[in-house]
Order: sequence, then C-alpha cells, then structure tokens
Amino acid sequence: MFLKFSLRSVFYGAGGGNDIQWCFSQVKGAVDDDVAEADIISTVEFNHSGELLATGDKGGRVVIFQQEQENKIQSHSRGEYNVYSTFQSHEPEFDYLKSLEIEEKINKIRWLPQKNAAQFLLSTNDKTIKLWKISERDKRPEGYNLKEEDGRYRDPTTVTTLRVPVFRPMDLMVEASPRRIFANAHTYHINSISINSDYETYLSADDLRINLWHLEITDRSFNIVDIKPANMEELTEVITAAEFHPNSCNTFVYSSSKGTIRLCDMRASALCDRHSKLFEEPEDPSNRSFFSEIISSISDVKFSHSGRYMMTRDYLSVKIWDLNMENRPVETYQVHEYLRSKLCSLYENDCIFDKFECCWNGSDSVVMTGSYNNFFRMFDRNTKRDITLEASRENNKPRTVLKPRKVCASGKRKKDEISVDSLDFNKKILHTAWHPKENIIAVATTNNLYIFQDKVN
Amino acid sequence: AGGPGCYVCYWLVGDTQEKEGILPERAEEAKLKAKYPSLGQKPGGSDFLMKRLQKGQKYFDSGDYNMAKAKMKNKQLPSAGPDKNLVTGDHIPTPQDLPQRKSSLVTSKLAGGQVE
Repeated sequence: MFLKFSLRSVFYGAGGGNDIQWCFSQVKGAVDDDVAEADIISTVEFNHSGELLATGDKGGRVVIFQQEQENKIQSHSRGEYNVYSTFQSHEPEFDYLKSLEIEEKINKIRWLPQKNAAQFLLSTNDKTIKLWKISERDKRPEGYNLKEEDGRYRDPTTVTTLRVPVFRPMDLMVEASPRRIFANAHTYHINSISINSDYETYLSADDLRINLWHLEITDRSFNIVDIKPANMEELTEVITAAEFHPNSCNTFVYSSSKGTIRLCDMRASALCDRHSKLFEEPEDPSNRSFFSEIISSISDVKFSHSGRYMMTRDYLSVKIWDLNMENRPVETYQVHEYLRSKLCSLYENDCIFDKFECCWNGSDSVVMTGSYNNFFRMFDRNTKRDITLEASRENNKPRTVLKPRKVCASGKRKKDEISVDSLDFNKKILHTAWHPKENIIAVATTNNLYIFQDKVN
Repeated sequence: AGGPGCYVCYWLVGDTQEKEGILPERAEEAKLKAKYPSLGQKPGGSDFLMKRLQKGQKYFDSGDYNMAKAKMKNKQLPSAGPDKNLVTGDHIPTPQDLPQRKSSLVTSKLAGGQVE
C-alpha cells in the first residue's frame, strides 16, 4: 500500500493537500438563501455499490439519486447522479401520553446490501425506524378480460372471447414502500442505526440505550446497552453514536459525550453494559477548562472498511484509533483549531454543540469531515497532507478544479485567506459521504447537496 | 481579540502556563464566566445533560394550560422568554409558544428544480 502511494506521488506530483484534484460535478437543491426548515439536509449515505445516494431532510423526506451509466465516449467524467426516487419517510407525530412533539427529521439512513432486484434501506427519526423497499417496475400486465386498460370493470355479459393477459414494457417507475416499522422501543432520541454484518440484525441507539433488532421482527427488540442511572440526578454522560463492526457480527462500539468509546462483544453477555474495551485519551488536568468536556463529546464514530481502525469526530478534531490500542488514538487531525479561541461565542450561539460527521474513503487512506463557512476538510493518512475545500455555487462549472482554502487564525491575513471572524457559522457542513469505490464525494450544506469528483484525465 | 485579551487572562488565571493551547481556551472560559457569573461549575452535570435529553422539545399540555389560566384569571400569563427549553413545572407553555404545525408535505427541492 505504501509503495503504491509513493509511485502515485512520483507520477502525479503534489496537488494541493493531496494527490487528488477535486472538481465540481453537480449541485442539487434550491438556489435561494431563504431556507425552509423542511429542506435542511440531515443525512447523506451512499449504498454499498455507490450507484445510489440517499439524502434525508428535516421534513422527513428521502431523496435517492442514481448514478447514470458511464458514457464511454465522454470519458472525462463519471456518471452523473439523477433523481431516482423520492418519498415521505416519516411524518410529524404527537406523543399524547407525554404531550410531546415527535419530529419527522430523518436522523440516519443506512442501506442494506443488495440481495435481489430491489433495494432496501433503513431510515429513522427520533423514535421510529422504518425499512423501505425501493423497487423498479418496467412492465405491466395488459389484456385483462374483466377490466378495461384504464381499470374500469367491463360488463361480464359483453365478454365474448377469453385472452391471456401479458406483460408489456412500460416507462420505468420506481416505487418505495415501507416493509417494516420498528416502533416504540426508544424513550430517548435515536441518534444511530447500524446494520450488522450478518445482514439479519441491526442496532439502534438513543441517548441512554442501545437495542438490537432482527430485520424481520418488528414487535420485539433486545436491549443490549443501558446506561440510564437509577437516579437521573447522577447522569453524567450520554451515548452519542454507535456502530457495528464491519466484519465481526458480535462486535459493536458506542461513543459518549465525555469523549470515550466502548467496544462491546455480544458473546460476553446478553446485556453489554460492561465493555470489552474502553478507548479514551488521557487528558492533562492542567489543560482542563469549562469547555473541555463539551468539546470532547464525540459526534460520530465510524469503523474503517478494513475493520482494523475506527475514527471519531469531536468538536475540534478527528482521531483514528487502532482497535488494539485503547489508551490513545494513533492519529489526530485538527479540523479547525483556530476555533479554540472562539469557544466563548461558540458556546453562546450553540455552535459548540454542532454534531459533525466524518467518513473514510474506500481504501481507508483518506478521511473527510465538515466545518463552518461551507468548508470541508480531508486528511491523507499516508502523506499526512490535508486540504480545505469549499462547497459553493461560485465554483460550479463542471470539471473546474476546486481551489484550496485557508483560514487565517490571527494576525496578518494573506491574500485569498479568510479570517476566523469572517467565517459564517450558519453555513455548516455536518454531513458528508464518500463513494465506497471511487473518488466521488457527496457534501451537504444546509439545504444543498454537492457532488465532487476527482479529475479524470 | 489577540494580544491584550490574552495578557489580561494570564493575570486572572494566575499561573505560568507555557503551552500555547491552554491560554486561548482558558481565556475563553474567563470571558464566559465574566458574562454569566452564575454559570454552574460542572458543565457536564445533570442539568446540562437533562436539557440535551429533551433536545428543546416543545410541548403543550392543555390541562396544565387551562388550570394555569383559571388560577391567573386577572393576571397576564407569563410568556416564554428566550429560553424555551425549560423543563416541566418551570413554565406553562402557551399555544403561541409552539411552532406552527407543519402544513401539507411537499416534494423536496433536491428532487426537483435545479439539476446540473
């Protein structure tokens, strides 16, 4: 792997932060600045082949894009993503018992691997998880004896001959239907869902509990983690994210608001309250401040494709952990360290609680996460180079190479740099996704979805 | 607020920290405590987390509302202040405090309009 990367460096030279030159490909969504709340994108996820890209929004809607087949003649770019299906996944509900509103916002979407012609995904809001089947229909039966083509019933007395109905081609129709509804298992707000490598079970995690489900069974789920204290006054931390290991179907991890990650083995006991491994970086007590715990809260945890590593995102950094070493991460990347001197105002405007996600590229060599001002960052684990790019309509000519951005922390601002005080903290990139096999990335701003590709020569 | 702010907080903190990374964070902490002197000592404490568990959910209990209305016939009902995340018992929400219920659900703009 290392040798291969060195050769690439020789051939392509250094291009910005890493060897890849990122180009604008597409942008989806409304142009206007006045963003309706329902249009706020809340999750982005490629399926296992990368052919489909799903988004969920605050209005409870899911939009799925499909990559068109590559045009062999025009080999300068890969296929574009066009709308494939869209449906209303969740609707606003009211919990009458507690007089609480249940938001329809889609918190997470996770795809099942494809087993047959249809595609399946899990989508969840705060309380209910749904399994959706997305299927194509490209033929329909014609030539019924008792029905006209428009569906009206024929008078049986007018039928003089019988014929066998046949399937005839029709315009492609993509239908989404809810196949399972997994409800009433979470008292607190669901933050994560993760499908097991056995492809039969999945977990759902809320602030205090994690449940294990079977995809076929909706009226029962098993509680596997419960960190709710007997006395809520003693509550000191909450679960922030959880994920199954990509290969070991008995292993999962969950992260906390205190910056710890616990790895659990379901073979050890039915209730995994006692972790098998605890990942925590020791903190220098002299560094401690009011903000320490808040900024250490982990907003996302993702296993590498290999299953050897996991990545966590806290407010200011991205950390890579080797599953074999619990006492500290093997790599730490600063996302926007210049914000450390702005923590007071970030606390006042609540930005300090923003939950950024992170993702791996297909070969686990580069990681990506979002920041403010519609900036997003990539860190190359091999070359140790990083790059800051911007998702903006200003660079929206296809195949235009994105210009790297730089934030000036203090003092003299160079040309083309942006000072920290000019950053727009309302423009946050919380959700990003990387195609499982190619260098295609999906980056969500507040209400737009950007697709970038590497330059294909 | 680069230089001067840092020096001020250097005095307030009162110790000789050498590491660069500490000064900005402690300076920010001092700023915050100066603005909000009553801020709790334990930011990770249960009040903070309880608010997180509720996630700013709005609620409306018609029973509470009507009883409060009956008790305070002649007085103005207290309206919600800037902080709408108060737990039960601290404040009776009124219908005006609640966000508008969503109207009919329309197709996402990601699925229509601009496709480049």
